[in-house]
Amino acid sequence: MSGGAIVGGSSTATAGIRLSGLVKSFRGPDGPIRAVRGIDVEIAPGETVALLGPNGAGKSTTIDMLLGLLRPDEGSVSVFGRSPAQAVADGAVGGMLQTGELIRDLTVRELVAMIASLYPEPLGVEEALALAGISEIAAQRTQKLSGGQTQRVRLAVALVSDPELLVLDEPTVALDVEGRRAFWTTMRTFAARGKTVVFATHYLEEADAYADRVVLIAHGEIVADGPTTEIRAMVGTRTIRATLPGVDADALGALPGVSSAERRGEAVVLRCSDSDAAIRALLSAHADARDIEIAAAGLEQAFLALTGDG
Amino acid sequence: MPLLYTRYELLRTLRNRRFFLLSLGFPLVLYFVIVSPNRDVHDFDGSGISFAVYYMVGLASFGTMGAMLSCGGRIAAERAVGWNRQLRITPLTPRAYFRVKVLTGYMMAVISLLALYAAGISLGVSLTADEWLQMTGLILVGLVPFAALGILLGHLLTPDSIGPAMGGGISLLALLGGTWFPLAKHGFLHDLAQCVPSYWLVQASHVALGGRPWSTLGWVVMAAWTVVLGALAARAYRRDTGRI
Repeated sequence: MSGGAIVGGSSTATAGIRLSGLVKSFRGPDGPIRAVRGIDVEIAPGETVALLGPNGAGKSTTIDMLLGLLRPDEGSVSVFGRSPAQAVADGAVGGMLQTGELIRDLTVRELVAMIASLYPEPLGVEEALALAGISEIAAQRTQKLSGGQTQRVRLAVALVSDPELLVLDEPTVALDVEGRRAFWTTMRTFAARGKTVVFATHYLEEADAYADRVVLIAHGEIVADGPTTEIRAMVGTRTIRATLPGVDADALGALPGVSSAERRGEAVVLRCSDSDAAIRALLSAHADARDIEIAAAGLEQAFLALTGDG
Repeated sequence: MPLLYTRYELLRTLRNRRFFLLSLGFPLVLYFVIVSPNRDVHDFDGSGISFAVYYMVGLASFGTMGAMLSCGGRIAAERAVGWNRQLRITPLTPRAYFRVKVLTGYMMAVISLLALYAAGISLGVSLTADEWLQMTGLILVGLVPFAALGILLGHLLTPDSIGPAMGGGISLLALLGGTWFPLAKHGFLHDLAQCVPSYWLVQASHVALGGRPWSTLGWVVMAAWTVVLGALAARAYRRDTGRI
């Protein structure tokens, strides 16, 4: 792990979820691919935690191990003091996996009822349909749904078990903006019942808006773990890019609000801790700066910065 | 067995029209085409069995084999859309999952079988209650290895490849089993045929002759195929799910 990791808020939650020293490799064409390289997370009951990271960071592999779909090469998983398999068998876990469609030849209501029947204490079928916002399409056959409707039905399938732990792997990828908002409204309503929610996403805004806590993952390792405000401060840097020939990059790096500066041909790129101060200082010192762009650092860039690959 | 889950699974299978075409419509049409002109042949090919009975069981073997293997098609389809992973995070055990799948196969097989029986009766097949029961029992037992084969194929193949594989496999098994015409009573082909389970399915028609329609060899062949295919299916399942 690199420096800069924040220690998570809860550390003594024995009855919660604990991922300890998880390691998982897959066979690849060029030797083993180390998808997860040592993940340690503890999640307290009732917490909503986002696993945030770019594609290929190891989020889905981690989630598969949390759900007992994959066996870790090293390390262990404990879900409410049980193995994932036992927690699943007890009906304590509901999940919406990253990829997946529905089986055909049933109506939405029938499919949700079919899954509900497998659990000891499910929600009512109509309640689950209403919670997922799909009461109107309950009589439709599953093979006739749009992508967004299919995602909502998959959410209902995950919710109908009334699980203590709800796990969502990139649940909003197929949804438009409106669909996303509705989806998270449902999720929040559910979390408000005191449920534990773990979701994976590569959208910083989603993690920021809907999680109590963000676990930042890159290259199969935890880069940072903390409340969303702290994570946002860590990745919320901006860059200023301007055409400014003939000025020493080191001098620019010393301007207020600038944490580092780099020359790229005619242009300079300033990585800023405070872009407002930086732009004022830049323009008063170098009024001839042209083609100025100020951009929020993308998540990818933030990861690169945090993992030290930049 | 989870009752409500099973009920929806059966309902879902019954709503699949493709099945009815392949496993039910095709053998039925073929039966009438083949048997109608020959309904008065009472000693088919020197076997002592009437034409109508021979092909009733022959085509029933075809339809029921298809019904059992279509289990595999459904498993392959569910794997392709990730539904099996969704089920693995429910309390449904793998054992119950397969039990229900095999049950749906048997339900479709029984529908196919009853349709062929009705067609047979309409063309003059007449057996005692005892003979009907014994024949049905043998066919249902004879389908056990095909249930294992369906589960095996469902975990080895994709929905795209399983159709041709099943079509080819069933045709070959039907040919060796004597579905289309009785095989020579001696020689290599006869010896080979006795080693495939479909042969013994078709042999269930010999109840009409009295005595034991399956020799000891028949029971041994069925048991051996069941054990081998069952072990392979279990292995394919474990490999597919990454369990050790």
